[in-house]
Amino acid sequence: MIGILQAMAPEGLLASAGGSFWLPAAKSTFAKSTDATFYFIYWLSVFFFVLILVMAVWFLLKYRRKGPVPQSQPSAHHSTFLELLWSGVPLLLVLGIFVMGFRGFMDLRTPPKGAYEVRVIGQKWNWAFQYPNGYEDSELHVPAGEPIRLVMTSMDVLHSFYVPEFRVKMDVVPGRYTDAWFQADDPGESRIFCAEYCGTSHSQMLSKVIVHEKGEFDEWMKKAADWISEMAPEEAGAILYDRKGCRQCHSLDGTGGVGPTFKGSFGNRRAWSDGSSGVMDENYIRESILNPKAKVVAGFDPVMPTFQGRVNEKELAALIAYIKSLK
Amino acid sequence: MTTTHVAVGSRPHSAEAQPGENYLNCSHGLKSWLLTLDHKRIGVMYLIATLGSFLLGGIFALLVRTEHLTAGKTIMDADTYNQMFTLHGAVMVFLFIIPAIPAAFGNFVLPIMLGAKDVAFPRLNLASFYFWIAGAVLAVVSIAINAPDTGWTFYTPYSTSTATSVIPVVFGVFILGFSSIFTGLNFIVTIHKLRPKEMGWFQMPLFLWGLYATALIQILATPVLAITLLLLILERSLGIGIFDPALGGDPVLFQHFFWFYSHPAVYIMILPAMGIISELITTYSHKHIFSYRFIAYSSVAIAIFGFLVWGHHMFTSGQSSLLSMIFSAITFSVAIPSAIKVFNWVVTMYKGSIDLKTPMWYALIFIWVFSIGGLTGIFLGTLSVDVHLHDTYFVVAHFHYVMFGGTVMALLGGLHHWWPKMFGRMYNERWAQVATFLVFVGFNLTFFTQFVMGSRGMPRRYYMYPEEFTNWHVASTWGSYIMAAGFVLTAIYLLRSLAKGPIAPMNPWGGATLEWQTTSPPPHYNFDGDPPKTGDPYDFDRVKYDPETGSYYHEPLRG
Repeated sequence: MIGILQAMAPEGLLASAGGSFWLPAAKSTFAKSTDATFYFIYWLSVFFFVLILVMAVWFLLKYRRKGPVPQSQPSAHHSTFLELLWSGVPLLLVLGIFVMGFRGFMDLRTPPKGAYEVRVIGQKWNWAFQYPNGYEDSELHVPAGEPIRLVMTSMDVLHSFYVPEFRVKMDVVPGRYTDAWFQADDPGESRIFCAEYCGTSHSQMLSKVIVHEKGEFDEWMKKAADWISEMAPEEAGAILYDRKGCRQCHSLDGTGGVGPTFKGSFGNRRAWSDGSSGVMDENYIRESILNPKAKVVAGFDPVMPTFQGRVNEKELAALIAYIKSLK
Repeated sequence: MTTTHVAVGSRPHSAEAQPGENYLNCSHGLKSWLLTLDHKRIGVMYLIATLGSFLLGGIFALLVRTEHLTAGKTIMDADTYNQMFTLHGAVMVFLFIIPAIPAAFGNFVLPIMLGAKDVAFPRLNLASFYFWIAGAVLAVVSIAINAPDTGWTFYTPYSTSTATSVIPVVFGVFILGFSSIFTGLNFIVTIHKLRPKEMGWFQMPLFLWGLYATALIQILATPVLAITLLLLILERSLGIGIFDPALGGDPVLFQHFFWFYSHPAVYIMILPAMGIISELITTYSHKHIFSYRFIAYSSVAIAIFGFLVWGHHMFTSGQSSLLSMIFSAITFSVAIPSAIKVFNWVVTMYKGSIDLKTPMWYALIFIWVFSIGGLTGIFLGTLSVDVHLHDTYFVVAHFHYVMFGGTVMALLGGLHHWWPKMFGRMYNERWAQVATFLVFVGFNLTFFTQFVMGSRGMPRRYYMYPEEFTNWHVASTWGSYIMAAGFVLTAIYLLRSLAKGPIAPMNPWGGATLEWQTTSPPPHYNFDGDPPKTGDPYDFDRVKYDPETGSYYHEPLRG
């Protein structure tokens, strides 16, 4: 019978995808407890609503006025017993509901120690997720079966991080950090909404949580963090020139700065500040990034900080390729 | 106690009115209305003004619903949509629901129920109306300039950074606050000082308990909103750094200030509505209200507890978990007085003689929708469940069930109940019941679907939505059209009754309170001569049916 109904009903009428009639699929560890509380209140509400309805309809049918003359019968105007009954029983019930909600809430608000931390930045109208290794993505990738703690802030107005399938929501507030956590045990994808109104494209401030198998997550992270391999080295170098802060001292148009310009610099012979000279080649660039004070171009102060440990081989190669391309 | 003020009209009135003279025809001309000090005329002007606002807010609502017929763009762009839902909320809350019942029906009925000639301060009463007009004009002007897109909640820092014109509408709401405070003050003093000697607190009609509890909230909470809105204006114009984190302020502080008023304001909206329902159920059941004192006390309890629960709007705002726990616990305490009222209303019908006239239908609809609205409030008061439901359509559905389903159904019930008293004409009962049916079906189709969408994760204030919600949104929109048809029909038969309706008798429904013991419409001073003595306000044994006139009369008070 139910099967026939489901087949006849338009898609999504009887149940949301993977979930029940009222709730979407439950994909976080505490979703089940939230849902149990939800359905406990739900059936209690159904009971009381039906009780009120049945009483009202019964009185309506039984005591409906027949003819124009009212014939109400005498009955008590007050009953302390009834008043205590219908204030006492609901009071006990809501007390129980309060405790259920409070316990679930404390689980939601207390991330386990050692949770994997991701920084979340909300900005009109996109999400950015920063991983412990410095990698940043516009989608949230997490390993299955591990608690994830989100440390969130906003660059502009209020936003709210909401994953319905995780039953998680937390406002993202400018000027302070808020946090939330979850653990998803099964791999899959869930939608992220912005739930706090934030202007024109509020309804398009969407993203996804992608839950990876534990082993696959590390692999994914390795590949994602290795974005340099995905493009030509010159292009990657141009991005690094901005990201690593080279731009602040080395111009691209021949003008002087704190350091010498990169324009047409590759392959030239340079005079060093100690009086000797050499050619600006691959090895010189490499040395100047990792140990900048070894050979300083004459006329400049030795102020560049070392990037030892802050750039890897791939990034070095990309930067060298980029400087080579600046004719 | 006798009234000592002298009412000023366009021509002098005598306490002994001429036969056939009433408050509507005792003086003529626009000036006699605009400068009137008569609480009944002020009530009627408020009724016209607030119902006009309801029409305006309703048009915005229909535009919002029409936009949702498709998941993407239907009739307007995202920025216009954001302005539409903001205007819908702001107009409905500040111009319609908050003032409608107290200012329109309260003004008209309160002094008559007390047997008084007017409210305690008639000039203040007129001033409150003009403050309302000034605030409304400012708010409507801002629509014409560059309507705000902040949502009716004006959350910072969005409201301090958006390019739309926030200040005029916020200043308009600031002024509307004075209107609300003046009305509340007037009602409190009137109830304290102008009650007849024989009417103790527990001989007052329950509508007056509702208005009294409402007035307490109006004068205690509204000043906080006023200060908050002034700070918002200063923040936006001068950048004083109270709310904007870029200037060292705290955006969550605004939410605390805002809800410190706006949660009690929810009870400003619902308490007078509950008062009306108490009157309707008992009148149309021809039965003494069950447990008068518990209903009266529960109004005051709601007014007091209502001040202590504002933080339940902020469970996901980043406020501390301890605060959230305390606010959740107190929130549940408000559920109890509401439950007490509903049970007492239903039991009042027991052994009654139920007359299914339109106002009674609205009272029954109220019990239906308010029960759903109240029960879904339990979901939202429950901390862990609220985290999932907050800022979704579930919340939208919940507060429409309470504010629209609750307050507006009671308002419609009251409108039909007191219409013959206010205008001296009977409306067409058959058409009224057809309209009531349309409103009931349309309302539930519009908003029940929103519960389902919300609990499945549909966030509110979304211009576009995921495809899977399309069927539910379309059903909701059709519901709003059905409801609109019901309202249009209501307007037609009510307006038609003014010209063509049969003349209303003094007491067409068998009401027991004082307003049914004077002519329809009442004379300028409410009663010809001294008002009748009052006893138990719900002593229906004295209210007898007169088959000759088809109406009711009071037997003289025994003892």
